[in-house]
Amino acid sequence: MFTVLLAIGILVLLSLIFGAILGYANVRFHVEGDPIVDQIDALLPQTQCGQCGHPGCRPYAEAIANGEAINHCPPGGQVTIQALADLLDVEAVPLDGDHGTENAKRVAVIREDECIGCTKCIQACPVDAILGAAKQMHTVIADECTGCDLCVEPCPVDCIDMVEVGVTAKTWSWDKPQGIAATSLNIIATDRQAEVTH
Amino acid sequence: MQVGKQQTANVFSFHGGIHPPENKAQSLQLPLGRPSLPNELILPLGQHIGQSSRPLVKVGDKVLKGETIAINNGFLSSFLHAPTSGTIAAIEERLIAHPSGLSDLCIILSPDGNETWTTLEPLNNWQDISKTDVLAYLSEMGIIGMGGAGFPTQVKLQGAHKNPLTHFIINAAECEPYITADDMLIREKTLELVLGIEILQHLVEADNIVIGIEDNKPTAIAALKSVLTERNSKIQIAVVPTKYPSGGEKQLIQLLTGKEVPSGQYPADIGVLCQNVGTCVAVHDAVTLGKPLISRFTTLTGDALKNPQNVEVLLGTPVAHLLEYADSEPKKLSRLIMGGPMMGYTLDSAVVPIVKTSNCILAASKKELPPPAPEQACIRCGMCEQACPASLLPQQLLWFSKSQEFEKAEHHNLFDCIECGACSYVCPSSIPLVQYYRHSKSSIREAREANVKSDLAKQRFEARKARQDAEAAEKEAKRLARQKATSDKATDKKKAAPAKPAPTAAAAPVTSDESKKLKVDIAIGKSKLKKLQKQLLEAQENEHVEEINSLQLQVTDQEKTIASLEEQLAQIPSAAPAAPVANTAKASPAPVSDELKKAKVDVALIGVKLKKLQKQLIETPDDQELKDKISAFETDLKAAQDTVSKLSENTQASTSTSTAAAEPKASISDELKKLKIDAAIAKAAVKKVEKALKKAEEINAPEIDAIRQQLKEAQQRADELEKALANPEATAPKAVPAQAKPATNLDADAIKKRKIDLAIAKAGVKKAEKNIQLLKEQGKDEAEINASEWPSKLKEAQDKLAALEKDQAAETSTPSVAKEASAPAATTNIDADAAKKRKIDLAIAKAGIKKAEKNIQLLKDQSKDESEIEASEWPKKLIEAQQKLAALEANESAPAATPTPASSPAEKTANSTADSEAKVEPEMDLATQIKKEKIAVALAKAQINKLNKRLENSPEDANSIRQEIGAAEKRLQSAETLLEKLIHSQTNMQENR
Repeated sequence: MFTVLLAIGILVLLSLIFGAILGYANVRFHVEGDPIVDQIDALLPQTQCGQCGHPGCRPYAEAIANGEAINHCPPGGQVTIQALADLLDVEAVPLDGDHGTENAKRVAVIREDECIGCTKCIQACPVDAILGAAKQMHTVIADECTGCDLCVEPCPVDCIDMVEVGVTAKTWSWDKPQGIAATSLNIIATDRQAEVTH
Repeated sequence: MQVGKQQTANVFSFHGGIHPPENKAQSLQLPLGRPSLPNELILPLGQHIGQSSRPLVKVGDKVLKGETIAINNGFLSSFLHAPTSGTIAAIEERLIAHPSGLSDLCIILSPDGNETWTTLEPLNNWQDISKTDVLAYLSEMGIIGMGGAGFPTQVKLQGAHKNPLTHFIINAAECEPYITADDMLIREKTLELVLGIEILQHLVEADNIVIGIEDNKPTAIAALKSVLTERNSKIQIAVVPTKYPSGGEKQLIQLLTGKEVPSGQYPADIGVLCQNVGTCVAVHDAVTLGKPLISRFTTLTGDALKNPQNVEVLLGTPVAHLLEYADSEPKKLSRLIMGGPMMGYTLDSAVVPIVKTSNCILAASKKELPPPAPEQACIRCGMCEQACPASLLPQQLLWFSKSQEFEKAEHHNLFDCIECGACSYVCPSSIPLVQYYRHSKSSIREAREANVKSDLAKQRFEARKARQDAEAAEKEAKRLARQKATSDKATDKKKAAPAKPAPTAAAAPVTSDESKKLKVDIAIGKSKLKKLQKQLLEAQENEHVEEINSLQLQVTDQEKTIASLEEQLAQIPSAAPAAPVANTAKASPAPVSDELKKAKVDVALIGVKLKKLQKQLIETPDDQELKDKISAFETDLKAAQDTVSKLSENTQASTSTSTAAAEPKASISDELKKLKIDAAIAKAAVKKVEKALKKAEEINAPEIDAIRQQLKEAQQRADELEKALANPEATAPKAVPAQAKPATNLDADAIKKRKIDLAIAKAGVKKAEKNIQLLKEQGKDEAEINASEWPSKLKEAQDKLAALEKDQAAETSTPSVAKEASAPAATTNIDADAAKKRKIDLAIAKAGIKKAEKNIQLLKDQSKDESEIEASEWPKKLIEAQQKLAALEANESAPAATPTPASSPAEKTANSTADSEAKVEPEMDLATQIKKEKIAVALAKAQINKLNKRLENSPEDANSIRQEIGAAEKRLQSAETLLEKLIHSQTNMQENR
C-alpha cells in the first residue's frame, strides 16, 4: 500500500514540477501574433496591389492563414503559389484568372508634360513611390514602384503608363537548359536521318 | 630566404580538375600584332563589376588619347578613357559582349587617326606619397582586374588591408585552352610586369610574392626568371602543373599556399591577395608612364582564323575588325566565342567591342567546337564530383536545380561553384551542368533582389499606413474633442433643462403661503446657481468660450432671480399684518388657485411625457405613431397651458383686485413670478428644441427644418417673455415709492397680461401652423389636414389673437390718454410702452403675412391647384393679416400724431425725445413695410400674368382660371391700397417730424 501511495505521490510531484515548467515556458517564450502569417507575408510579393481582393499583402496573408485559396496573387504568380503550397503543405493550384493574370514586371511612368498635378495618383500609391505636389508635375520613383496599377485608374488625364521593365545586361539571367525530353529524340544518328527523309 | 636562387615556391594541389586539349600553340606562332584603328571604337560604360561609369563627354566633343571620358559612379565603379584621339560620335545603346546578347549604353568614338596623346602625368613619386593617393590614382587610371571578372583594382587592394597579407599571388596560370594572351604579355612586357608587381607590393606589403604560372609556358617562365634574377628580386615563381582550372583564383591560392578560401569569404580573409599579370602591367603603365588602361592583350584564335595571334588591341575595337585583321574565313566560322572554350560565351554578333576583360576571341569551326550533344539522363556515374575543383557535389546540385529547390542547392554551396565547366566537360550524359547552376544562381539572385525590393515595398507600405493611421487618429481625436465639447454643452443643457422647469414644478403647488413658496424658490434658485457656477468653472477649465459666455449669462440671470426673490421674501413680513385681510379676500379665489395648481401639474406632466416622446422620435425618426402621439400631446399641453394661463389670469385679477388697495406690490410680484416662470418655460423649450435640432443634425433627420422653425419660434417666445419680464422689473421699483399711482400699475399689469395672452395666442397659432406644416410635409392630403383639428384650432387661435390685439389696441389708446391727465410723468413711460407694443404687433402682423405668403408659395410649389390654394385658408389669412397690419399701422400713426398736441408744452421736450425715438423705428419699419408691399404687389401682378398665360394655354379651364384671376386681382388691389396707405402714413410721419 505504501508503495502505491509513494508512486502516486512521486507522479503527482513530477506532474506539478513539469506543469510549473510548462507554465513558465508558456509565459517566457510566448509568441505574439500568428507566426504563420508572417511567413506567408514574407512569400507574397508586397506589391500591395489589392488584386487578391484584400487591402494589401498582409491582409491576404492573414486570409490565407484563415483558409483562403493561395492562388489569388497575380503579381506573385506561380512561383509564389508554389512557395505558399510548400509552406502550408497544400497542393499548388494554378493562378485564379479572376484576380488577374501574371504579367511581366512593370512600373508606372507618368507622361510628365500631360500631368496636371492633381495628386490623385500620389494618394493612390500604396508605397509612396510617386513624388509631386498639387499643381506640380508628378513623377514615379521607378525603383520604388511595385507596378501595382493602382495609380492608373485615378488619373483624370490618363497620363500614367504601365511600362514593362526590360531586361538589361545587369538584370539578365541565364535560361534554364531545355532538359532531356526536348533533345533526346535525335540521339541515334539513323533516327535523325529517318526524320529528315520524312 | 636565399633570394634569387630559390625562386621556385612550393606547390600544393587542389581537388578535381581536368586536362582538356590545350590548343595554345596556334596563337603563339605569330608575334604580337597591332591591329589598325577601326572606324569607330565602342566603349561600354559598364566594363567592370559594379556601377556603370558616368560619361564626362558630350556628343561631338573632341577627345585626346588617354583623356578621361567617363568617371566612376560610386565606390564600386571605375573610370574610362579615350583609347585614341577623335570625336565622340554618340552615346547610345549598343550590343555589348555579354552572354545575354543585350545592349548597353556605350560611348562611340570616331578616331581621327592622329593618336594624339593627352598630357601624361605619371606618378613618379609613388613611393613617397600615401598609399591611398596611389590607390585613388589607380582608380582614376581606370584599372580593373583583367583576369576576367573586372573587379576594380583599388577596391580589391583596399580590401587586402583588412588582414596582414601572407601571400601576394600574381596569377599567370592562364589555364583555359586556346588562350595565350597572358603568356604573350609576360614575354613582351616582362620588366613592366615585374615593376608593376613591385608597385603593388609597395601598396600591399605582403610577406611572400609568388607568381603562379603553369608549366606549359616555358618561354614566359624563362623570361620572368631572367628578369627576376637580374633585379635580384624577392619575387618567387611557382610553376604549377597544367591542369584546368588552376588559373581560378581560389584554386591557384590553394595550389600555392595550401590554404582553401572558406565558403562565402574572400582571399583577403585568409591573408592572400591575387592579381592578374595584365593588371600588374596596367598598374606599371599607369604609375610610371601615366598611361591609363586603354588597351589590352587579346588572343585571336580558332580554326576559322587564318592568322591566329595575340594582339595588343585598343579597348572598344569591334570584334569584326579583329576577325578581319586575323583573316577569318566566314565559311568555317560556326561559333564565335568571347573568352575560352570552357568559360567563354557565344557571341551572336561580331559588332560587339573588346572590353577590359576580353582575353580571347575564339572563332571556332564546326569541327573544332561541335554543337553540344543532346542532354541525357544522369547515370549517377559521379565523374562530375571527381572533376569539381571546388569539391562540390555537382550531381546533387543538378537535382536541386532541375526541381527548382534553390534553397537546398544553396545549402549544398551552389555559390561556391566557379562555373569552370569541368563537370559538364566530363559528363558522359552531356548534361550542361554549368548552365543549370548558372540558371539556379541567377534565379536565387533574382529572388534575393525581389525580396529586398518587396521588403522595401512592405516597409514603405507600412510607413504609409502608419502615417495614414496617425492622421486618421489625429482627425478622430479632433472630432471626438469637438463632439465632447458639443455633448458637454448638450449635457449642460440637459442639466439646465430639468433644472429650469423645476421652479415651475415647485411653483405649481402655489399655496396661499407666499413666504414658503418664495423660500422654496430661493432654495431651488440657489442650488441651480451653484450648479451653474460649477458648470461655469468646468467650462473655464476646459476653455470652452461659447459655453462660458452662455453659462455666465445664465449665472447672472439666476443671481438676479434669487435677488428679486429674496427681496420679495424680505417684504413678506411687512405684508404679514395685512395678510388676514388679504386672506379673507382671498377666500374666494382659493378654489381658483387650487384649480390653477392642478392645471399646472397637468402641464408639467404633459410636458414630461411630450419630452419623452420627442426623445423617442429622435431615436426613431420614421415612427408615424409617435409623431401623432406627440402632436396629440402638444395639443393637450397647449390646452393645459391655456387653462393655466386663464386661471392664473383669473387669480391675478382676483388677487390684484383684492390686494390692490392694500398691497399693489404683491400683485406685481405675482405677475413678475408668473412671467418669470413663463420665461423659464420658454427658455427650457428653446433649449430642448436646440438639443433636438442638434440630435436631428447628427442623424440627418428630415425634420431638421421643422425643428429649426420650432427653435426660432421658441426663441421668439422666450425673447418676448423676457422683454415682458424686463418691463415690470423696470416698473416695479418705481411702483414701490409711487403708491399713489395704483392705476398706472394696474394699467401696466393689464398691458402685461394682455401681452402674455398675446404671446400665448401667438404661440398657439404658430403651433397650429407648424402642425399643419408637418402634416403637409408628411404628404397628407389637404382634406386630411382639414379633417384634423389643426386648421380649426388655428383659426380659433388666430381669432383669439386678433381679439386680444384689438383689446390691446383699444386699451393702449384709452389709458394712455387717461394716464396723461393723472400722471404726466408716467405718460412718457406708457407711451413708450405703447409704441413698443405697437411695434411688436406690427412685427407680428408682418410675420403673419410673411407666413401666409410662404404657405401659399409652398402650396404652389407642391403644385397644388390654384383652386386648392384658394380653398385653403391661407389667402384669406393673408388678406386678414394684411388688413390687420394696415389697421395697426393706422393705429400707430394716430397715437403718434395725437399725443404731441395733447401734451402740455412743458412735457413737449420730454415727449418729443421719446416720440422721436419711438417714431424713428416705425418709420424704418414703414419703409420695409412699403418695400414688402411693393413686392407683394409685384408678386400679385406676376401671378395675374401667369394666370393669363395659363388661360391662353388651357381654354377648357377658363372659368376656374378666370376666377383665380379675379381673386388675384382682388389681392393685387388690396395690396395696392395697403401700399398706398403705407406710403401715406409714411408721408404723414415725415410731415409730423
